[in-house]
Amino acid sequence: MVKYCDIFWSFFKVGTFTVGGGYAMLPLMQRELVERHRWLTEEEFLDQVALSQAMPGVFAVNMAAMTGQRLRGAIGSAVAIVGNILMPILFILLLAIFFCTFRDNVYVDRIFMGLRPAVVALIAAPVFALWKNEKRKVKSETDNASHVLRLTSYLSLYLIPILSALLIWLFGVNPILVVLAAALLGLIYGKLKTKN
Amino acid sequence: MLFFQLFYTFLLIGAFTFGGGYSMIALIQNEVVTHHGWMTSAEFADLLAVSQMTPGPVGINTATYAGYTAVVNAGYPHWLAICGSLIASFAVIVIPVALVFIVSRWLLRHKDNPLVASVMRVLRLAVIGLIAAAALQLMPTVFSATPTGNISIFNFQFSVFSIIIFLAVFFLSWRKKASPIALILASGVAGLVIYSF
Repeated sequence: MVKYCDIFWSFFKVGTFTVGGGYAMLPLMQRELVERHRWLTEEEFLDQVALSQAMPGVFAVNMAAMTGQRLRGAIGSAVAIVGNILMPILFILLLAIFFCTFRDNVYVDRIFMGLRPAVVALIAAPVFALWKNEKRKVKSETDNASHVLRLTSYLSLYLIPILSALLIWLFGVNPILVVLAAALLGLIYGKLKTKN
Repeated sequence: MLFFQLFYTFLLIGAFTFGGGYSMIALIQNEVVTHHGWMTSAEFADLLAVSQMTPGPVGINTATYAGYTAVVNAGYPHWLAICGSLIASFAVIVIPVALVFIVSRWLLRHKDNPLVASVMRVLRLAVIGLIAAAALQLMPTVFSATPTGNISIFNFQFSVFSIIIFLAVFFLSWRKKASPIALILASGVAGLVIYSF
């Protein structure tokens, strides 16, 4: 039986030594879970990645919860989650205390005047890469499809991202409503597609 | 009351975030800045910088920092703010983790189901819009006037330096796949140098 401390230590390393969010953790997770400990096969790992993406919430935490549960049930899951987020939370708390204390410091202020536009650029940059990824999928899937299906696929490829961005940005619609509407739309579209 | 609101708000944010930390940014921004006014848009941009520089999932980092700042801004002492940050990061994972236990087996069996695939497809497309909206909403704040180097367009003062940093980082990140942490560090140094003269 897998030891709790092994689960903890694996996810502790993954959480502590990766910067840049959940997807940046994937290579290290794969090394720990698949290659080093052989807790999961390559295929099981990829299934978990797909599943964590399909679930709401924080991707890395979902991965930790799933792996922990598979290895040692509910407690294993809790151990994996705590291991994954312990150091990040401590780091952020230290920084938050630091910045709330030194907010009016002129040097900190100057640094952040340089950082702010950079951060927005970092958020904007993956938008196009993500969209291209979706475009590639639509292209390969609709190569032999009917005209109607191809038309609706391409329409949704352009309309849905633009519409959801405009609704939130210009009309102040709550993003939660946009997510709900998108899920509903996907459900209706899927039903219509399977019927035909 | 604030703690209850924090818990409830981040519970909702966790439940409706699909597609990773970046899509969570739009939800947190809407709740924390627009709806509750717990922090300013500039503070929110600072929060994003910090949560991308430090290790760990961006969603957890953002929730922790937002919870902390919201409580401090409401005038409470630091130790209560630490409680606030823990509440926020706990709340943000409760529903997703519960769902992992309840539906992950079912979802694994039906991962090739056309309905599930269709819902995920549309969600992924909407999330692209969500991320774009988060960036667009931050732009007036991050391009607004700085101590030096401003130009006026349509009676609005823009900072030339901010626009240059934005374009440079955007290009290096998108085209050259430069590491985010290197870009953030470089822009921090750039800000320190530019505005010190």
